[in-house]
Amino acid sequence: MLVCVFGTTTLAAEPAGIVKIATGQVTLERAGARHAVSPGTPVDAADTLVTGADGRCGITFRDNSLLSLGPDSRFVIDDFRFDSTTHEGGFDSTLKQGKLAVVSGKLAKHGKDQMKIRTPSSILGVRGTEFVVEAAAAQ
Amino acid sequence: MTTRHIVLCAVLVFGGCAAGPADRVVLLPGADGEVGRIAVNPGADETVLGTAWASASVDGKGRLAQTQSSAAQVSRDFATALGALPPRPKSYTLYFERDSDRLTAESAAQADIVLADIAARPVADVIVIGHTDRTGDLAYNDALSLQRAETLRELLIAKGGDASRIGVAGRGEREPLVPTADDIPEARNRRAELSVR
Repeated sequence: MLVCVFGTTTLAAEPAGIVKIATGQVTLERAGARHAVSPGTPVDAADTLVTGADGRCGITFRDNSLLSLGPDSRFVIDDFRFDSTTHEGGFDSTLKQGKLAVVSGKLAKHGKDQMKIRTPSSILGVRGTEFVVEAAAAQ
Repeated sequence: MTTRHIVLCAVLVFGGCAAGPADRVVLLPGADGEVGRIAVNPGADETVLGTAWASASVDGKGRLAQTQSSAAQVSRDFATALGALPPRPKSYTLYFERDSDRLTAESAAQADIVLADIAARPVADVIVIGHTDRTGDLAYNDALSLQRAETLRELLIAKGGDASRIGVAGRGEREPLVPTADDIPEARNRRAELSVR
């Protein structure tokens, strides 16, 4: 039982994801402030990632989802919850602009409504596994 | 979109320009050969993509068009994003000598491959969970399983791994790979599992 409690506490402190790849200009917007992004930067719900014309960025999430952004992209992590024991939770994000590549993880595999990606025009319900998304720049 | 914009767009369409901003999704064949499914919902009805290279475009007015993309088109349009995908998470199991934190000869050889994979990953995160068989008592096996995990952690650090990114735990004899009665030696349970991402 003690082990259980300890495990849960540890998981709650873990970030939603870790940036593994970042080249060119990549910025994290959090609570009104902007931070430079480099490999190792943790990301969480409510964060926005922005890449410049020469930027790209790849993130590994706690449920093993992999997401990467191409140049001139803007991506918001709306919500991330993952129970590593039951694989229940939710992963909602929005691609406001640019290009995104995805390999979905345990959340999408466990429940068909657990991973959603919004674009300016649509909601994508992710049931697996590998896909790319483009959101046209706002005109 | 204003009326003027719509008229402009209509004019541009005849000139060969795309009809306003459109979002696009393309389903790819998975690395394991399986194709997943994506439901695209622009507002009222969802369209489900379920075959390799199936694509849906949704324009600024919410109109969905389903088309077939291709490997060539995707690699042309999404090369940079795809190239930034992190390496896929992977799990390994290494086995130990009886009542010891020394790897078996076979696992010692395999450990080099595992360590090379970890070293090649950008900011690798590793979780090592040690296990034992059911010979010995619970407390002894808790300590032995943790010692097995710690030994691998030290090995990873010696190979240049980032200590702050390697977590260890010992599960003792609580999670045998092969269930046995108590006090039964079982080589397949004397192991450590490494989750690498």
